[in-house]
Amino acid sequence: MDGIFFQQIINGLTLGSVYGLIAIGYTMVYGIIGMINFAHGDVYMVSAYLAAIGIAVLSFFGLHSFPLLILGTLAFSIVITGVYGWTIERIAYKPLRNSTRLAPLISAIGMSLILQNYVQLSQGARQQGIPTLLEGALRLHIGDDYVQLTYTKLFIIVVSLLGMLALTFIIHRTKLGRMCRATQQDRKMAEILGINTDRVIAYVFVIGASMAALAGMLITLNYGTFDFYAGFVIGIKAFTAAVLGGIGSLPGAMLGGIILGIAEAQFSGMVNTDYKDVFAFGLLVTILIFRPQGLLGRPQVAKV
Amino acid sequence: MQAKASFDPKALLRDTLLAGLLALVVFGPVVGVVLQGYDFTLRFDRVAWMVLAVMVGRFALSLYQQSPAGARRQQRGEGADSGIAVLPPGYRSHLRWIVPLVLLVGLALPFFANKYVLTVVILGLIYVLLGLGLNIVVGLAGLLDLGYVAFYAIGAYGLALGYAYLDLGFWTVLPLAALAAAVAGALLGFPVLRMHGDYLAIVTLGFGEIIRLILNNWLEVTGGPNGMSVPAPTFFGLEFARRAKDGGTPYHEFFGVPYDANMKFIFIYLVLLAVVTLVLYVKHRLTRMPVGRAWEALREDEIACRAMGLNHVLVKLSAFMLGASTAGLAGVFFATYQGFVNPSSFTFFESALILAIVVLGGMGSTLGVVLAAFVLTVAPELLRTFADYRVLLFGILMVLMMIWRPRGLIRVHRVGISPRPGRLHEEAVR
Repeated sequence: MDGIFFQQIINGLTLGSVYGLIAIGYTMVYGIIGMINFAHGDVYMVSAYLAAIGIAVLSFFGLHSFPLLILGTLAFSIVITGVYGWTIERIAYKPLRNSTRLAPLISAIGMSLILQNYVQLSQGARQQGIPTLLEGALRLHIGDDYVQLTYTKLFIIVVSLLGMLALTFIIHRTKLGRMCRATQQDRKMAEILGINTDRVIAYVFVIGASMAALAGMLITLNYGTFDFYAGFVIGIKAFTAAVLGGIGSLPGAMLGGIILGIAEAQFSGMVNTDYKDVFAFGLLVTILIFRPQGLLGRPQVAKV
Repeated sequence: MQAKASFDPKALLRDTLLAGLLALVVFGPVVGVVLQGYDFTLRFDRVAWMVLAVMVGRFALSLYQQSPAGARRQQRGEGADSGIAVLPPGYRSHLRWIVPLVLLVGLALPFFANKYVLTVVILGLIYVLLGLGLNIVVGLAGLLDLGYVAFYAIGAYGLALGYAYLDLGFWTVLPLAALAAAVAGALLGFPVLRMHGDYLAIVTLGFGEIIRLILNNWLEVTGGPNGMSVPAPTFFGLEFARRAKDGGTPYHEFFGVPYDANMKFIFIYLVLLAVVTLVLYVKHRLTRMPVGRAWEALREDEIACRAMGLNHVLVKLSAFMLGASTAGLAGVFFATYQGFVNPSSFTFFESALILAIVVLGGMGSTLGVVLAAFVLTVAPELLRTFADYRVLLFGILMVLMMIWRPRGLIRVHRVGISPRPGRLHEEAVR
């Protein structure tokens, strides 16, 4: 075993925890209304812009300490992205609740095109970026080689874990979480028992968007650059993670994200970087063919 | 229940203000703060305009919803009808006059059109072909294929690669490309079609990207982003260039007529017109055959169809393969029309554009798809100034169509059947 292997595990873990955060949005929405939210990747993209805008505006007002800057930007970006999630659901999906099966999917693709073009028109097509905010790294020696764990990556892994824990707490311990689980199990029954399922669905979109906002912030911290098209590829990969872990399952989304991240990092470290997206998409097709229920999901049974 | 329509100015004001507030929160940061490097500039004027537009829009919508007509529409529920209008038996459509007329105009077009018009019409016809193919998959069989452009790319690159490595010409590749695309569709579709419908969308999306990335990265074979050159079609061995390349004869020397640079496009146009007409005819007949009925039945209720003994995998696979082969044909025409192919013609946006054609034209409606293909490809040519807003408009169009008319602008009509009077009936009459 050489240093590259462990280095790529660290890189994969960083990337994978972010995939996991985005995958939560896909998996929760799929679990509750059985629809692939194609615009979710673009919500993530909008949140990356919001993070950069937040950082630019806050540092303009003289805020330079890292914790305050990050906390302020995170709050700003999570709230606004949450509003985006709610608005998108209200405009593009809610009127289609009783429509044909294809209608919400096509509407979601339309929404995805709208978001991409809207950001391109308002912010320009060029790449945007943020300065490096957190410098320095930990070095771990393994034999003759060493592995480098930058503080940014450590921060990403820790914050994603915290985000996951917070979400698990919300879903398992609060009233909102109980309503979500009830709606996921049986929407009609939940409605009969007095749960406003329309509102629960809206909350789920807000939660998914907030998690995407967290991911957008973290990825931007690590890579520094993004453009209006950034949501497309990451969206498909996060969906792959959701499917890999078993769509509808929250721990599955995180597990799938981390496995996909590590697999992709190892592939690009050992085989080829040009084909790393091909590898991820190929993995998606293979999983769907051989194990569509994913690692932690249950097989779906169609009922009449 | 009586449709309740009451004018409520308070609710009107509340809705308008809420929408304005929401627009401010949503548009404020992204539209108002433009990033420039690590710095930014403020554009409050744009935010103000957008908030104003949203408020006016919401006001108009609320006003409509409070009017009697709007209340009736809301109560009826959107998209609840089956979407197929049944005409009385023995009805004969006006299309039987219109179609030959359009065909005649189409045949006469090259004689009075200039090169620009001709190229735009060729592009329109290519999209008609693509729309017709995807309409079988999405509109009739109800399978959402988001990687349709992959089959288009297989056709186009089939011609380019076949010419470069195997010395194949346009006429050899045309059927081969349709076959290759169909085989690719079968290989992709067979394992996936057994599963839940929505997964198909994402698998095809991934497949489309895989094909594009391979074309883009496999430099030694496909030339990568630089693309490959593609030969022009030939007419029984006669070429349409001023000087023949591979020892063939240029058409103007053979017939002894002056050289016309447009001739290549006229020829492509005529062949394309013939192919489109053929595909239209085949599709028209297929929808009236058992397999076409099975596609539509599967789209409406898969479980019921399987209970009735339909082999859902084979029925879906046939739709998927037919759609793919049509895209393969279109790809060959696109490549020879451009004289050159590169991967940037086969992005996801292209798939979305073809989907927009099918959605606008109406799921399953042939006429609608033909019209929509021309509208969506010719309109951008005419409205060059709005080119930046093209994608935005497509997106808005897709969302609005799904909310307003999920079955498309043109409804599917079907002529009803009256049972033939049998002996019992005649006896009863007597």
